[in-house]
Amino acid sequence: MGVRYFGASVRRLEDPKLITGRGTYVDDIAIPGMLHVAFVRSPHAHARIVSIDAEAARGMPGVHAVLTAEDLGEAAAKPMILPVPAPIIKQAKTQYPLARSSVHFVGDTIAVVAAETRAQAEDAAAMVMVDFDPLPASVDLDRALQPGAPLAHEDSPDNLIATLKGGFGDAAGIFAKAPHVFRERLELHRGGCHSMECRGVVVRPDPMGGRFEMWSSTQVPYMVRRYLAEYLGLEENGVRVVAPDVGGGFGPKAVVYAEEYALALAALHLKQPLKWIEDRREHFVATTQQRDQIWEYEVAADADGRMLGFRGTGLHDNGAYIPYGIVLPATGMASFPGPYALDCVDVTIHSIFTNMVPNTPVRGAARPNTCFILERAADLVARNLNMDPAEVRRRSFVKTEQMPYTTGMKARDGSAVAYDSGDYGRCLDMAFEHYGADFRARQAAARAEGRYLGLGIGSYVEDTGLAPFEGATVRVQPDGKIHLQTGAAAQGQGHKTVFAQICADLLGVRIEDVTVEAADTAAFPLGIGTVASRVAVVGGSSVHMAASEVRTKAIKVGAQLLEAAEADMELEAGFVRVAGTDRKIALGDIALKLNGLFGTPMMKGIEPGLAATSYYEARELTFANGSNLCEVEVDIETGAVKILRYVVAHDCGRLINPMLVDGQIRGGVVHGIGNALFERMIYDESGQPLTTNYGEYLLPLATEMPRIEIVHMESPSPRNPLGVKGAGEGGTIPATAAVISAVEDALSPFGVRITKHPISPQDIVEMIDAGRPAEAAE
Amino acid sequence: MDGIEEKRRIRLVVNGRTVEREVSTRKHLGDFLREDLRLTGTHLACEHGVCGSCTVIADGVPVRSCLMLAVQAEGMVIRTVEGLAEPDGTLHPIQEAFHEKHGLQCGFCTPGMLTTLAAVIEENPSIDEAGIRDAISGNICRCTGYETIVDAALSAAATMRQGA
Repeated sequence: MGVRYFGASVRRLEDPKLITGRGTYVDDIAIPGMLHVAFVRSPHAHARIVSIDAEAARGMPGVHAVLTAEDLGEAAAKPMILPVPAPIIKQAKTQYPLARSSVHFVGDTIAVVAAETRAQAEDAAAMVMVDFDPLPASVDLDRALQPGAPLAHEDSPDNLIATLKGGFGDAAGIFAKAPHVFRERLELHRGGCHSMECRGVVVRPDPMGGRFEMWSSTQVPYMVRRYLAEYLGLEENGVRVVAPDVGGGFGPKAVVYAEEYALALAALHLKQPLKWIEDRREHFVATTQQRDQIWEYEVAADADGRMLGFRGTGLHDNGAYIPYGIVLPATGMASFPGPYALDCVDVTIHSIFTNMVPNTPVRGAARPNTCFILERAADLVARNLNMDPAEVRRRSFVKTEQMPYTTGMKARDGSAVAYDSGDYGRCLDMAFEHYGADFRARQAAARAEGRYLGLGIGSYVEDTGLAPFEGATVRVQPDGKIHLQTGAAAQGQGHKTVFAQICADLLGVRIEDVTVEAADTAAFPLGIGTVASRVAVVGGSSVHMAASEVRTKAIKVGAQLLEAAEADMELEAGFVRVAGTDRKIALGDIALKLNGLFGTPMMKGIEPGLAATSYYEARELTFANGSNLCEVEVDIETGAVKILRYVVAHDCGRLINPMLVDGQIRGGVVHGIGNALFERMIYDESGQPLTTNYGEYLLPLATEMPRIEIVHMESPSPRNPLGVKGAGEGGTIPATAAVISAVEDALSPFGVRITKHPISPQDIVEMIDAGRPAEAAE
Repeated sequence: MDGIEEKRRIRLVVNGRTVEREVSTRKHLGDFLREDLRLTGTHLACEHGVCGSCTVIADGVPVRSCLMLAVQAEGMVIRTVEGLAEPDGTLHPIQEAFHEKHGLQCGFCTPGMLTTLAAVIEENPSIDEAGIRDAISGNICRCTGYETIVDAALSAAATMRQGA
């Protein structure tokens, strides 16, 4: 079989409808009789609900119903289901679909207003009178665990969700004897999802009752089905969830939200189809965010600048509820010690309630946090030992001859974290080979002219291909077209194209002949979800398995029909052929024969249908890695940062479609640049969000973004049949670290040490003002 | 708010067809296109005029359909993403280039990018990279990092120069 599509930059099957305005996003779905929903939300970060008066709202034009938790009764009396329980969670607080007696963040859902138009629903929502008794709010992460701190939940003993401890090696001994120990405090800031499509839900109850269909802009349709069915006491079979075209996800759409629960409850109650489309302000106050952490850490290094150990304590803000349990702190924990072969790690993370928007993974989950911390530590060692930061990394990296390398840390399921393949030092060298060797000379020349250039590095390892499984059905139809069904949802990654590439190669057809149906619980029975850079690895492997099985069957049946040996068969251009002859039979004709004919018995020993269903079970993570180089120029008068070059050396194993991988990397890097320089979700001391539009919250724009120069290394994964590793988050994970590192390098004449992200021009000017001539190692 | 919606009759040309509708005076052009004309290719993503997803071409100029009332479009000639291709289905060079250069991922900002760039490139096919980046500085994309959009626009501009 000649490989034709795998590895090629094939143009996407998804594009034709999306570039002509014929996509179907959830807001494009219209169902006769459908009402439009607006939510009444909490304007307070923390308050008791004294009373709700909806009479005026109910009388507004076009309004069909205003529903509170009380109106929904027993059906809405339980808190939402915690998808990822863990014994160490001390307070498993999840949101109610609609708040009952109290609210815990600005944006908490209180009532559903259903009207004939969205405008009428919004008008009426504004007329729902809620009497609140405001309570002190937990918004200061530093203070949140101290005695007397305001409680995020009025009935809690404290704000602690859980304390996670992890590590290996003799940290006390190693730190006591290490030639160098450096310490500092870091502050990492949250950002939002900001998919260009906000969330949205359409729900249609079955007129016979007890069943419904839901279209949701989600990354996890099967989880929506599972938890709504469980909560509502319905058979899973009675709940169909479809993710139609989804306009970006980036993590926060992998949550089963209060709005999904509330829409299902309200539609079943009203026996009418409903639509809710999140507006952008709601996105700021109700879609999950992530990354607020405060760390105190120490890094130990030997005399040559090799990092020996890391220890520290992190405060992790999880917001008002725990829709993802402790996944974030656990993921951050398991991501130590990154690409470095340390002798010890000793880390404690406290996950903490605040009265801010709940936290769940945003592109990279907590991996960008751990990467930022480790990369700051590497730069701190280099700075204090007056070494080249690249050299500290080279000396500290896991070496390729150590692969597979067991880090010493435990994954969330308790298994040992073990890197499978890669050459981290070589990847960093490739970045520098592409970038060039003249930076320090250019930097010196620029400084002589009063210009400040800086070079930063970000190196990372990313666990990809998360358990447990995805599956696929591959079916040849009588016209020779291939129908591929899978549970794996897409939000712009191009999974249909990638799956079709894998399938087309194995079956000897054109990718245009493969139609992919995904993310519809009625089309494929089981799925997990699109998170953690797992779909190419896990979903792709399942497609490979199913298509391989179909190939084997086509050869077996084709050989019988052509009266030839199976070993002589080849698949090409839609036919099974006796190699080197013109004796052939179309795949579609084999399918037609296997689909059966009245009164004609099937071939002996052959099951009906030219089709197969396979599930790929991911039992071991596979680890992507890479190093980024960022060159900036900082204007010391205005604090403006201009990114002059950005180089990515990236290793995600075998590339299925290099064009799509590069797209993932570029978008991911720009997200990380946003976290470094622009995106700032500000709350005041009472928990009011102050940045709730795109004038106040800045996203990266075309005028500010550099070209991202990408070089690939391909270290095949030995852990899946395709040899691939995930690519969805590797752009984001090291980018914030690289940008901050570059800005700090530019400002080295002022002795500036940057210990937070993001940094604004004002921050930079203040740091320069507070600066002093650079000092030697302490 | 007395709840009585004022309505007015408007006539305009959308993608080459004259349409006449009774429309609420408070409805913005984006909602009118999507709800009344079922042209759902125009996407609403911020509805406060910053992200550019809802951009349509009004009398040759890219405008944000969320910042313009439908009644203000009276008498105008509007082109949406659905109207960029030729009636026979031949794609506009900017559409071809987006497909060729991977100028889109999730596709949600894409209609606004396409309409903005179509108008800009038709006006000035000699536009350079800085000009293109400036032209889309009011269009937010979370997926691509903009680079492939810029490449697509440069490619489409080159095609249009050859065709001119």
